[in-house]
Amino acid sequence: MIRDIENETRPREDLQALQLQRLQAVVERVYHLVPFYRRRLDEAGVKPEQIRTLDDLKRLPFTTKQDIRDNYPFGMFAAPMDQIVRIHASSGTTGKPTPVAYTQRDIDNWAELMARTLAAGGAHAGDIVHVAYGYGLFTGGLGAHYGAERLGAAVIPVSGGQTRRQIMLIQDFCPTVLCCTPSFALYLAEVGQEMGVDFAKTKLRVGIFGAEPWSDAMRTEIEARLHLDALDIYGLSEILGPGVAIECVEAKRGLHIFEDHFLPEIINPVTLETLAPGEIGELVITTITKEAFPLLRYRTRDITSLNYAPCKCGRTIARIGRLQGRSDDMLIIRGVNVFPSQIESVLMETPGVAPHYQLIVDREGQLDTLEVAVEVDETVFSDEVKQLQALAQNIQRKIKDYFTVSVKVKLVEPRTIPRSEGKAQRVIDKRKM
Amino acid sequence: MKVEQISVFLENKAGRLAEVTRVLGEGGINIRALSLADTTDFGILRLIVDQYEKARELLKEKGFTVGKTEVVAVEVPDRPGGLGMVLQALAKAGINVEYMYAFVQHSGKNAVIIFRFDNLEQAIELLQKEGVHIYKGEEVYRL
Repeated sequence: MIRDIENETRPREDLQALQLQRLQAVVERVYHLVPFYRRRLDEAGVKPEQIRTLDDLKRLPFTTKQDIRDNYPFGMFAAPMDQIVRIHASSGTTGKPTPVAYTQRDIDNWAELMARTLAAGGAHAGDIVHVAYGYGLFTGGLGAHYGAERLGAAVIPVSGGQTRRQIMLIQDFCPTVLCCTPSFALYLAEVGQEMGVDFAKTKLRVGIFGAEPWSDAMRTEIEARLHLDALDIYGLSEILGPGVAIECVEAKRGLHIFEDHFLPEIINPVTLETLAPGEIGELVITTITKEAFPLLRYRTRDITSLNYAPCKCGRTIARIGRLQGRSDDMLIIRGVNVFPSQIESVLMETPGVAPHYQLIVDREGQLDTLEVAVEVDETVFSDEVKQLQALAQNIQRKIKDYFTVSVKVKLVEPRTIPRSEGKAQRVIDKRKM
Repeated sequence: MKVEQISVFLENKAGRLAEVTRVLGEGGINIRALSLADTTDFGILRLIVDQYEKARELLKEKGFTVGKTEVVAVEVPDRPGGLGMVLQALAKAGINVEYMYAFVQHSGKNAVIIFRFDNLEQAIELLQKEGVHIYKGEEVYRL
């Protein structure tokens, strides 16, 4: 379902006119309100009035996470504190968090975009939305919450953790929409199975899963186990939070990015040149409507591509491909670029291999080694050694075919790979230790 | 004619085998026969126990991957050439033995050998024709 026909199905010419007008306004805004951007734009020799076409976007400097860190805590805010109504922060895995801010208008826009997002999954007033994203500094919980309320749905703000209790609520409160990370969705399925829960008997109809990359194979698995339509949502706190892009339930082919608020580009992360539609590279986003925390050409580090073809759902806005990983998560194994999500796709093609896996990168002498730990469950277990060895060799061969990298597949006992109630830790890189 | 065998997936790390025997011991399960197939990374423990279903449930509860296979328990004369006679008969009929292991105790004067065949029915038929004694499941669990 399309919530905002005008903004989601605008002819491209009209959209570009709107985008240019908004881009000009945001460059003007940051030039005057954020000392960091004034310095950067001056250094680049660009004045706001020189942005005359959308192509002039290329003249603007990039913004990185490091830039935000360097201006910690509030140096990048483009609104005075008496106009700011909310501060979130991204979970910095190392060191200080990265704070972001919202004016009341930003919060309103965010709620509206998240409502569009839920509507793309077929959600509507009358639905009950189970929000299992964390509430707090993380944008996931509150972002989904406000969007669901804006849509007129009823929210169960359950937040993360307490898996068994969540399953009880899913059975008793009968939510129709589930918002969480894909790895938590699988964990719910697993724990539910242990509890003897038949998800076909719950009211769950659609799942909005994001905050970590996942594959189509994982979608198939989640849909089969939870009996719902699983959709990929994209967002990041620096840009907004959840609600930047969403798959439509009609096509499930690429995530519609709300181009009336965000200008997407794909660049080569090494040469920084802009790539053509369809080419795979790093996603760069310029926010064109935000007041408190606008960013010019923010390097998301997420690896994807852009598709401007109209979708069968009727939306004309561009789609980003499913994330293939992060330019900073990319593993370089003996010179070959490997994204954990690509290994995941290979694993999921192998029938019976449980969706829990871990990649252990190490170095023997000068040589990188990659070990893939896979759990052996009852569907693939055999009392014969040769059968299990064939399973491991089969996975090894497939990965070798795909990446030209030799890996060692290690079969491990079920539940020995740590489960996550948030983002899954897929990679252990011992080379850094 | 068939005996239920439990198999357990074991990661190759200290204490896993001990954990299996501890779980079974505390559950009052008696192990009648066992064999461990090991590779560099993992092992497969095969067990014949006195209470098959209970053992399986206890191990599953503890998070082990447990499989079940039907095997044949054959009485073999406890003298030189006893096992050879049985194996020759199988070889002649082209029946492949996937693996085999001996029972921990004797039954009278004879040894009890557990056989795992790909084609179970064919193997049973042949062994019966050859006059080899095959134990019934209940007999084995009580041995």
